[in-house]
Amino acid sequence: MNNLITILQYQFVERAIIAGFFLGLVCAVLGVFLVLRKMSLIGDGLAHISFGAIAIGIAFGIYPLFVAIPLVIIASLIIYTLTRNNIIEGDAIIGILASFGLAIGVIISSITTGFNIDIFSYLFGNILAINQQELIFAIIGSITILSIIILFYQEFVAISFNAEQAKISGLPVSRLDIIFSIITALTVIMSIKLAGALLVSALLILPASSSLQVSKSFQQTIIFAIMIALISIIFGIIISFIGNIPTGATIVTINIILFFTIILFKYLIKR
Amino acid sequence: MNNTLISLDKVAVSFGASQVLQNISLDIKQGDFIGITGPNGAGKSTLIRTLLNLNPYTGSIKLWDTPLSDFHHWNYIGYVPQSLTQYSRQFPATVEEIVSLGLISTLSWPRILNQENINHIYDTLKSLNIQDLAKTSIHDLSGGQRQRVWLAKALVSKPKVLILDEPTNALDPEIRNTFYEQISKLHKQGLTILLITHDTNDIGNYAEKILLIDTNIIFWGDFNEFCKSDSMSHYFGEGSKHIICHQHE
Repeated sequence: MNNLITILQYQFVERAIIAGFFLGLVCAVLGVFLVLRKMSLIGDGLAHISFGAIAIGIAFGIYPLFVAIPLVIIASLIIYTLTRNNIIEGDAIIGILASFGLAIGVIISSITTGFNIDIFSYLFGNILAINQQELIFAIIGSITILSIIILFYQEFVAISFNAEQAKISGLPVSRLDIIFSIITALTVIMSIKLAGALLVSALLILPASSSLQVSKSFQQTIIFAIMIALISIIFGIIISFIGNIPTGATIVTINIILFFTIILFKYLIKR
Repeated sequence: MNNTLISLDKVAVSFGASQVLQNISLDIKQGDFIGITGPNGAGKSTLIRTLLNLNPYTGSIKLWDTPLSDFHHWNYIGYVPQSLTQYSRQFPATVEEIVSLGLISTLSWPRILNQENINHIYDTLKSLNIQDLAKTSIHDLSGGQRQRVWLAKALVSKPKVLILDEPTNALDPEIRNTFYEQISKLHKQGLTILLITHDTNDIGNYAEKILLIDTNIIFWGDFNEFCKSDSMSHYFGEGSKHIICHQHE
């Protein structure tokens, strides 16, 4: 217990837990909508694109997020536009752009020397290394995105339930989808520091998927997803610090254990 | 007084080279109970989806005397689509949450429900005798209960027209009759009904007007005239005539 209190007194652990709390909250809430809209893979695709964008930023000496934010938002809108107009299936365009992002990242990191450590922290995440500036960005970004979700909550629920019926109700579905694409892109970019480009989609998919196994209502789904996300993030940060193992991977592993535990209990109860 | 709610003039819909609807002209008036029928692929659902601004079309469509493209009072129309297309099996929601989605067209932004809205949701559930199910997950309901939930979602915005697209496909005959009794009661309270159905018995029992389409309009008019027409025998056969028309004889 004393050890735990000592760990929590480290400023960098405190920063990591605060950032993890806000990012976990926003990933859990947004993830419910993404999973229900069968858009789970978009997180993975956008994360790979942001890897390429971050590499460009580091190579040219620009703060990586300043490059990633516009590029990933543009990629998100390209995915939305091409799928909406039935030009290409969603999973195909996500795969194409993800490969492109990863390829750019790999090429730049191979021809530019001296920043491989930086790029690896974005690839695998390192929330314990979050600085004050990044913490403020994570808090303000999370609060902004959560506020947007609260303001458009009924609309996003209606579209997740049935987009066509939402349109019949007179909702501007296309405009709402654009807002949704932008906040998805921003959430992915913000969360890369937490879990890394390779694992960030797990933060969006797993809490929502676990929650959907046991929830009876939409509100309950969101509450359970938040609880699962926060448990996995806080314990993930502490365990990774104690065990000296990567934080993002630890958080995702806890999430996966929770997911299969829930599935197992659900199966046993049904029997 | 003009009591035309929906007006179609020379409406045509095609998907690529396939002409699905052609030269559809008709007026739907307040208080009508219209049965829309026709063979598979005749364009019945396409007609409804076109009225709901979901399909590109040529010709003219006016809702409450307003061109479709300028129409904004979507709360005037309640729509119950085919039951199987309603929702994802994974979607987690209680009856109350589903019905609240029907209110969305009546709320101004930000669309946050107040106590008055919640009371109205419960009044609607009560009118359909499903108030006890308000907190129940939609996945825990029977087919008949679920159908009443979709109806409550369509009615909660106090529509003037109720459109039902094969609403009883998945229901057994007894529940189907109860459902149609409910619809008939709503019609008697003044609601205009458009009912797409394959079940010819339903048309005979409840609809006052019939729209028989097969890309074009084959018959449009009063049910009694339909029973006397050649279209009736041609499309349904002499044997079915007695079953379909007995209510109107």
